[in-house]
Amino acid sequence: MMWQVPGGTYWNPFGELARVNREMSRLADAFRGVQGIDAGDFPAASMWTNEDQTLMTVELPDVNPEELDITVKDTVLTLRGKREEEALGENEKYIRQERGTGSFVRSFSLPHRVDSEKVSAEYRNGILYLTLPRRDMDKPRKIAVKADTA
Amino acid sequence: MTAKELRKKEAEAPTHVERSEQCPVFVPPVDIRESVSDVVLLADMPGVDENNVDVDLEGDVLTIRGHGEETTPQGHSLNYREYRSGNYERSFTLSRDIDREAVTAVMKNGVLRLTLPKAKEAQPKRITVKAG
Repeated sequence: MMWQVPGGTYWNPFGELARVNREMSRLADAFRGVQGIDAGDFPAASMWTNEDQTLMTVELPDVNPEELDITVKDTVLTLRGKREEEALGENEKYIRQERGTGSFVRSFSLPHRVDSEKVSAEYRNGILYLTLPRRDMDKPRKIAVKADTA
Repeated sequence: MTAKELRKKEAEAPTHVERSEQCPVFVPPVDIRESVSDVVLLADMPGVDENNVDVDLEGDVLTIRGHGEETTPQGHSLNYREYRSGNYERSFTLSRDIDREAVTAVMKNGVLRLTLPKAKEAQPKRITVKAG
């Protein structure tokens, strides 16, 4: 194996270590990905489809639904939002802080194109429910097979 | 904060205790903040509304339990699932200076907010010094 030293004449052993580390974590991520249930991204979402529509649920506790930005373009749905950190009062301090805060953006690939006029979103008890109807022209059509009686 | 820490964690049953429920039980992530007059606890429990949450105080142990709404729709096939719906449970040990009668709980947007006021005796008092 040749050491590649971009833009430098000396070989940096720590740079090489960092590269190995990156490769290893990439490998570990790939293994985690195939386990299926958690992709590890925030927010976590689930998706169901039938002939007429796709339904999505997204776990988003403590988000102002008016500040959620949901866009659909072709078959990509993008969700942007923010979880605000409540400011501490005077003389108030954290004993424990486990809940994450900050902005997030996540895109999902949909199994079909969506009639964007009819998309509906509902936010209830910290879960976002999205209904994404198929476009009429994208709906599956049954094709009747005629028997050749000749 | 890494992505791993943002995931829901499944609750561990105490050793030698088996769970009798079918659905998974998660540990809700919490923030606890303390001021001079009270302690506020915030717990993320998405899918739980105010009718499905229990807050129990037994001795010094405060337990929060939430029953999550099942979100699986009928007549659809699953494309992918990154989280499961289930119940939430977590216990905390309270210090003795909490006024147990005045604890209040509010559920909003999947977040439980418990306000635990400190007992009057435990609140700091300012003593003014007069000139002699």
